[in-house]
Amino acid sequence: MKRFLPLAIFLVLAIFLAVGLGLNPREVPSPLIGKVAPAFRLPLLQDPGRSLTTDDLKGKVWILNVWASWCVACLEEHPVLLQFSKANLLPIYGLNYKDKHEDALKWLGKHGNPYVMSIEDGDGRVGIDYGVYGVPETYLIDRNGVIRYKRVGPVTVEILQEKILPLAKQLQG
Amino acid sequence: MKFAAALLLLVLSGIGLVREAPNAADDPALENRVMKLTADLRCLVCQNQSLADSHADLAIDLKNQVRSQMRAGKTDADIRNYMVARYGDFVLYDPPFKASTLLLWAGPFALLGLGLLGLTVYLRSRRRSLVETELTPDEHARAQALLRGESGKSQ
Repeated sequence: MKRFLPLAIFLVLAIFLAVGLGLNPREVPSPLIGKVAPAFRLPLLQDPGRSLTTDDLKGKVWILNVWASWCVACLEEHPVLLQFSKANLLPIYGLNYKDKHEDALKWLGKHGNPYVMSIEDGDGRVGIDYGVYGVPETYLIDRNGVIRYKRVGPVTVEILQEKILPLAKQLQG
Repeated sequence: MKFAAALLLLVLSGIGLVREAPNAADDPALENRVMKLTADLRCLVCQNQSLADSHADLAIDLKNQVRSQMRAGKTDADIRNYMVARYGDFVLYDPPFKASTLLLWAGPFALLGLGLLGLTVYLRSRRRSLVETELTPDEHARAQALLRGESGKSQ
């Protein structure tokens, strides 16, 4: 019994460390999941004379993707979003976060535009309301405007197929 | 003359650079309150820093947010709630005691309790295993002899 004590202690430590190392400290559980998405009224990036509000999106399940031209990780997920948008399964709305207007337009021109529309959050106020802290961030919002899922960091094909799409299908019912 | 003007401009531009943080000078009491509150809030971009210490873009935005809300007459508790509503209890360096933070608060004490329990069990079992060995009269005599400084060897 005594002989195995160090081994037992080692195993317990190893398990705790393995779990601890597997956790991502940057993934802060959002208190917004299950809550109504914060209301906004923001100008369209490509048509600043018009604006989009959260009320305009009531009644459909949609994706809100926070992006910026200065965001390196956004480039990583961009092809995934582009391809996904072609499948026409869910509308993606872009929240252009703390970006320069011209830079944002240039970026979309250069890399392609997966968004139905992008709205401009120049001073980042709406970003703060959504608890944005690491661009890119992606939200799935249901018909009643409730946030159902949030992803901090680049969206991958796996996340779309295993998390977002099944949940969206369920929500679209 | 031209040189003097250039020098003057240089000095003035220097002054312009020095005035980087105008908010602190405006209202020291408010700034004090901002620093005090944000010292208890975690910066989400660089998680081991407080909002007060951080110069990350988001931290600066959030500090401005705190500042403007204080100017609007919000209490510290209001602002704390505002932050928690967006970023969760995680932003607080002093999180509230509730079901989800139970382990965080009670964990160390539970570990201490477990340690004490283990120690007690160990000491008890040791006491039981320590059987006092009685000396035989012969051994006793030898011990006495050793204590007197004689060689204890029994011939």
